[in-house]
Amino acid sequence: MNSFKIHINDKEIDANEGERILDIARREKIHIPSLCHHSDLEPHESCRLCMVEVEGDKNLRASCALLAKPGMKIYTDTPTTQKALKINLALLFSQHEDNCEHCGRVEKCKLHEYAEKYAACGNIHIDRKKKLPKFQFGPSIFLDQSKCINCQNCSDMCSKQTKGGFITLKQAGETFEMFPSEEKNIDCIYCGQCIMHCPVGALSEIESYSEVKKLLKDKTKKVVFQFAPSVRTSLGEEFGMPLGTNVTDKIFAALKKVGAYKIFDTSFAADVTIIEEAAELLEKIAKGDNTTMISSCCPAWVKYAEFYEPELLKYLTTVRSPQIILGGLIKTYWVEKENLDLRDIVSVSIMPCTAKKFEIEREELFVDGKRPIDYVLTVRELAKLLKELNVDLNKIEPDESDKDILANPSGAGEIFGAGGGVLEAALRTVYQKLTGQELENLEFKPLHEFKRTKMAEVTIGGKTLKVVAVSGMENAKKILEEIKADPTKYAYVEIMACPGGCIGGGGQPIPIDDEIRKARAAGLYSTDEKRKVRTSHGNPGIDILYAEFLNDKKNKHKICHTTYEKRKKGEIKKI
Amino acid sequence: MAKDIITKIKEANLLGRGGAGFPTWMKWEAVKKQEGQGKKIYVIANGSEGEPEIFKDEYILKNHPQEFIEGIKIALETFANSEAIIYLNHKYFDKYKKNLEKFSEGFPISYFRKTAGYLAGEETGLLNHIEGQRVEPRPKPPYPAEAGLYNLPTLVNNIETYYRIYEIKNDLYAGKAFFSIEGDVKNKGTFEFPENYPIKKILEETGNWPAFDFFVQYGGGAAGTIYLPEELDEPKKGATSIIVFNRQKTDALKLMQRWAEFYSKENCDKCTPCRESSIRILEMTKKNKLDFDKLEKMFFVLEKTSFCPLGKGMAIPYRTLIEKVLKK
Repeated sequence: MNSFKIHINDKEIDANEGERILDIARREKIHIPSLCHHSDLEPHESCRLCMVEVEGDKNLRASCALLAKPGMKIYTDTPTTQKALKINLALLFSQHEDNCEHCGRVEKCKLHEYAEKYAACGNIHIDRKKKLPKFQFGPSIFLDQSKCINCQNCSDMCSKQTKGGFITLKQAGETFEMFPSEEKNIDCIYCGQCIMHCPVGALSEIESYSEVKKLLKDKTKKVVFQFAPSVRTSLGEEFGMPLGTNVTDKIFAALKKVGAYKIFDTSFAADVTIIEEAAELLEKIAKGDNTTMISSCCPAWVKYAEFYEPELLKYLTTVRSPQIILGGLIKTYWVEKENLDLRDIVSVSIMPCTAKKFEIEREELFVDGKRPIDYVLTVRELAKLLKELNVDLNKIEPDESDKDILANPSGAGEIFGAGGGVLEAALRTVYQKLTGQELENLEFKPLHEFKRTKMAEVTIGGKTLKVVAVSGMENAKKILEEIKADPTKYAYVEIMACPGGCIGGGGQPIPIDDEIRKARAAGLYSTDEKRKVRTSHGNPGIDILYAEFLNDKKNKHKICHTTYEKRKKGEIKKI
Repeated sequence: MAKDIITKIKEANLLGRGGAGFPTWMKWEAVKKQEGQGKKIYVIANGSEGEPEIFKDEYILKNHPQEFIEGIKIALETFANSEAIIYLNHKYFDKYKKNLEKFSEGFPISYFRKTAGYLAGEETGLLNHIEGQRVEPRPKPPYPAEAGLYNLPTLVNNIETYYRIYEIKNDLYAGKAFFSIEGDVKNKGTFEFPENYPIKKILEETGNWPAFDFFVQYGGGAAGTIYLPEELDEPKKGATSIIVFNRQKTDALKLMQRWAEFYSKENCDKCTPCRESSIRILEMTKKNKLDFDKLEKMFFVLEKTSFCPLGKGMAIPYRTLIEKVLKK
């Protein structure tokens, strides 16, 4: 790569060919404000807040898109850039509903941050979006047009995650606004990546935490919680902890403090998922069926498959997601074991995900006619709940006591939260079942032609299994095309709809970027490395559960397996 | 042969006739450089003519279809493995396509009906429209010459530019341009004059110099600059459209409102200054209350920070009208 020098604010800086000024400035800790810039997206150049002066150029230039050139002299903080910034900020602020005190996003809202920082707060014009509508996509996503600043990050992201782009700009009178698509063949997969990439609060999850808060105070109810693998290394961010901090034991303590009756760990159910998926894969191999098996624990991917690629449904494993398995176990096995009345139980799960809110409404996943889960909270909702109940995760003492077997996962169950983790966890078990030996180190090779895709080849008894893990639907689409062309190309495929897997999920703390994804995933893997039990089949709790409950075929079927079907477009509600 | 025509265009100093005035030979040479990579090259004629009150391209479609198509054929000959698309606004498409086809038959020339708005006349907005993408300008670079339609090298020229290239090829070019004349005049229409002819002379020689107090908008019915009679002795740059306004009979605020309606409807809403300013200016004109301080702020960000020429140029008509007409 070609390197050269440029100057930013008279400071000499090394730059590489192809680098953009805003990225260089961020790397050098030179502050340039920007709302629409996101490292996951190509520069869209819409907000016009990152304007800089370039020596020899009479117009200001958008630094997010501006490529560095040798000898370039950039000025980020001049009377002209400051004047332009304040005016554009004021224009943006005037189109955004002025209701910050009631907005759930205010702490993380970049527009609010800049408006205060640059004293450009307040509307210089009347609030033109006040009366615009709000939409709900299924039970998951909330779009508030009155807060939208037209940056197009959501629609850019949505066109990667869906086929055709569900959230799109449409002309509504004199302006364009973000609308859900009315096309019959385009639907939301509820992944929530639009929320993760919205710089303001125009997109959010449909919240349930107020209901849960109420139920926690209801003496007649026993509220039980489970939390997903990836939650343990992301929740800390909401309390200002360093990226990737594992707060598992603090989650137990915090939930107890707010009145949880019992707390379980979804990672334990991930171990169950692995046992079942491994069995399914082994059976396939034994039958000589060479076609691929695709993971199904990501509900956004399942929705994608059911809506956009129904012909691929036959390759999906029938095994339910860990959330649903654990929900089912809580409402059957555990309730019976503890001799409790099911009517008193409220089952709440803390998920890194907005599609999980949709998953719990799928009737084919109901157990004995009942929902396995009553409420799904995102990580952000849990943080709000704790903060409103004055629980500071920094101050609370970790609690390791009173852990049911359903709260004791293996390391394999915990790495589920990182892209590739499901695949790795499954292979640890498949390998052991086929060879009688433990799989030492699985070496993944990145598939260079595809982004966020890694591949491994495992040779078992002279037979080589080619397996692949991919995250982000944009990248998964390419693997799906490969499967369509040759269904035997890969033995096992892990698909996670969100870039990076659940650690980058649509219900995770905001902001998100690759550095954050890496830190959250590293947190999970370092926990795994420290665990004595690193395989699902090695988890003693699994043996107990199977001996006591799941070896019964009927139980296993109703708790662990499901079916898929071609799905029609989901509900869009206008408010 | 190929080098010949590009050199001839360069020597003729032909500037693009869409209004921006970019040297045509540079576009052609940039596309020529892309040859030989086995890539298809697209040759596009931009006949969107979306600016209000301009109709000089229509004049060519009506009166010189053969010469225009000849200009396109010259481009097809110049670039190996090329294919042409004539992009026409829906009105022109419906009216002139049939006749144009008489001359384009047998050549790789197809027609595209423009159904999108004003911004689809901007060359990269146009490419998006043909590709079925949302109509908004694309970041440059890459320039269309390198990665245009479907990411392939693409030449985009205005209809008149092709007509002039036909003239250049056949040694008929005399540095002339078509001017459309509209507004409070006796002889509306399209007239041919030397490209650097002063507006005053054009109006005089077409019998259109008014006897009353007036002002002129030159450069398009939305983006054009306002000039007073005493400013019309020198040649002007920009789209060759002259609109004459009777000063007594023109409600300047209403005129501003018309522009604002046009802009807020026709802009793509991509970037903050253009999207918000167009709407806010419309609000003010509707309320009959101009806040000059706020306007000046919006003009500043429009000119300094807009993404594309539409936004960058939006302040000009307002500013010149306010300075020269409204504030006096």
